[in-house]
Amino acid sequence: MDRLKTLLRRSETAVFVIVVLIMVLIGAINPAFWQADNLFNLLRANVIIGIMALSVLTVMISGGIDVSFPAFAAAAMYLTVLAMEATGYQGVVLPFIGATLIGLVCGLFNAVFISTFRMIPLIVTLGSASVVRGLLLGLVGTSIVNIDRMPPALIAFGRSSLDIGGAKLSAMVFVYLGLAVLVWLFLTRTMTGRSIFAYGDDAESAKRVGFNTRRTVYVAYGLAGALAGFAGLLHSSMIWLANPRDFVGYELDVIAAVVLGGASIFGGRGSVLGTVLGVFLLVLIKNSLIIMRIDNTWQGVVVGCVIVLATALTAWRDRKAAA
Amino acid sequence: MAEPLIELRGVTKRFPGMTALDAIDFRIAPAEILCLAGENGSGKSTLIKIVSGVYAYDEGELLIDGAPVSGFSPRAAIAAGVQVIYQDFSLFPSLTVAENLAMGRLLSENRRLVAPAECQRLGAEALARLDVTMDLDARVGSLSTADRQIVAIARALMSRTRLLIMDEPTTALTGREVERLFAIVREIKAKGIAVLFVSHKMREMLEISERICVFRNGRKVEEGPTAEFTEGRITRAMTGQDIGQERYVWSGDIAAEPRLSVRALGVGERVHDVSFDLRAGEIVGLSGLLGSGRTELALALFGMEPGHRGEVRMDGAPLKLETVQQAVEAGIAYVPEDRLSEGLFMTQSIARNMVASAIDRVTHGPFLSDGEATALAERTVADMRIATTDVDKQVGKLSGGNQQRVIIGRWLLTGPRVLILNGPTVGVDIGSKAEIHRRIRDLAVKDGLAVLMISDDVPELLQNCNRILLMHRGAIEADLDPRGLEEDDIHTRLKTLR
Repeated sequence: MDRLKTLLRRSETAVFVIVVLIMVLIGAINPAFWQADNLFNLLRANVIIGIMALSVLTVMISGGIDVSFPAFAAAAMYLTVLAMEATGYQGVVLPFIGATLIGLVCGLFNAVFISTFRMIPLIVTLGSASVVRGLLLGLVGTSIVNIDRMPPALIAFGRSSLDIGGAKLSAMVFVYLGLAVLVWLFLTRTMTGRSIFAYGDDAESAKRVGFNTRRTVYVAYGLAGALAGFAGLLHSSMIWLANPRDFVGYELDVIAAVVLGGASIFGGRGSVLGTVLGVFLLVLIKNSLIIMRIDNTWQGVVVGCVIVLATALTAWRDRKAAA
Repeated sequence: MAEPLIELRGVTKRFPGMTALDAIDFRIAPAEILCLAGENGSGKSTLIKIVSGVYAYDEGELLIDGAPVSGFSPRAAIAAGVQVIYQDFSLFPSLTVAENLAMGRLLSENRRLVAPAECQRLGAEALARLDVTMDLDARVGSLSTADRQIVAIARALMSRTRLLIMDEPTTALTGREVERLFAIVREIKAKGIAVLFVSHKMREMLEISERICVFRNGRKVEEGPTAEFTEGRITRAMTGQDIGQERYVWSGDIAAEPRLSVRALGVGERVHDVSFDLRAGEIVGLSGLLGSGRTELALALFGMEPGHRGEVRMDGAPLKLETVQQAVEAGIAYVPEDRLSEGLFMTQSIARNMVASAIDRVTHGPFLSDGEATALAERTVADMRIATTDVDKQVGKLSGGNQQRVIIGRWLLTGPRVLILNGPTVGVDIGSKAEIHRRIRDLAVKDGLAVLMISDDVPELLQNCNRILLMHRGAIEADLDPRGLEEDDIHTRLKTLR
């Protein structure tokens, strides 16, 4: 009974119920929604936002916020694709490692400022986003790498899929879910993962108990950067295109998804399951807006409302819990 | 006496411009419960920090098990078995009870992975040692303060602890929780662990400790077995003066129209059918266990429980109390329980805090007159005897007692007719407390202010109130005349209410 109660009170449960309700509703309006093709497309649309959401989740649990991941993703993606094109390299493992490392380095750059100079994460990541984007466009170039120049190995990787009952499910969905499981294991089963929660709860106490909090910050932002870099290259392999101006405006969608999933912007709270559900809900909402032929510009309004509503709900819940 | 566990010999600690500890001799024996008494700034905290290795001392010697130690550090203190439970407990609200308990051990073993089963095992062991049960999977953030404290104690006892230091452990606890804590402290002692207890509350010191050490201005002024102490003696030692213990007597007219008349007041499920009168010049105490509805009652009177039931009259005229503004206009002032989060703007100056509720008195049209605000604040500072001359000082830099005076002073500026005080001297040291009491009595006698004083501090109520209301489960259980009552009478009554 108690278990059931805690289950019902979890924000994951609420998000799940809302997801099911919306799916039933859309399915009733347009039964084509339930076709495997459509559902698989929906899942495919989760991949990039999902991996980026895992990146933001890590930072948010530590009590920070990261708005630099779209810039890092763009840089990692563009640099790697250009390098592949220049060298004619035909593998995918090395490029993904490269993109992840570029993201990691960018993330550590954030951590230096946040940890050493005790700066506010929002300001640091706003700044680093601007610097990285500026350097990329100014020094590296602005031309889009189109399908004709894209490395074929990347395109082939992005196209790999599973045939399930005649419909194709992108293999990238499994890459995403695999990463989610890894991040979940890291956050819940390793001391460093738990230290991110502890740091987000109370940085001073974390230090007192004996955590190396400096390391915690480096790991949180480093991991966030690495995930962003990986997501960047994966994105270009899925759309067969590398645009250095890509990912503009992703901040809002991704942060909305993480907040929807129950993470607290004040730190300490958040879960991988919640984030995955939050991402699915957000993508579902945007997707159904398209199905209902609602104009693109209105999607921003909806996403904004979703952020405010979800944050209001969590704040209300916290106040109730405190009373 | 047994060989002391930790001993200080002639320890002196200086800070720029002051001597925090002056040639202190101090010892604590194994399995001893020692109480450290003293006002804020008396040197208690400095002593704790020296014993726990946080501060290095300038002169003297520190001995552990009779052997002198040099270069004492927090790490060395922990290795020697010294654990401190700070007032904030240093717990992690997002992690579970089991994880909070296990974290220290896992860290000291340099673990990289966390196995839930092992956390459970370590956590269960730690709680079993204290003989308490708790849901190990509950998040610490969802626990009550008392339970969090128990988690903190259990965590502190996980290593080879020989001395447990508790800084003001009872401040946020209710009477019943304090008893549970004391049972645990005795349990800890039975295991051969010494406990150093820092407290403001005499009654608790006398109840729990075996020996008392009183500090004043960086010196140890008295020390001895608890049996030799009385509240009066501790107070004298702490303040260096006698503090009046005479009780408040009200000599008003019982037949006069009550200042505040409350009839059948109810708030949701938490307050039912509460009726009482408050006459000019009366100081009426209101006590009851946590959750008795006393705070809700106060909030309703201050317009913070819109939709409450019943009727409230001021000098016979019915009041509408749906918003704070209506309450303030009616002449009701409320000093909240938690001055940090509910009352003061910590980063703002004394003057700004003072005029916050009386902004009309210093504005002309849309403009605020800084000069008048300062003048008004200076008058109130002198009036409330706040220990500063600079009204531009940040309120956050004042001591607890002075902060409380700023709040009370602020409400007096609104010219209230009824003053509701919720825990007026929580966390305030004795000298300040006496000063606040004196001022409240003055207001009642000279200005005919009607005061409702909510408090857990029974001696405070007995000394200052001419009537004491006991609340239980949302209703007034008793209306007591404190004349002839002693502390124990009230405690007994409170206990029977459970």
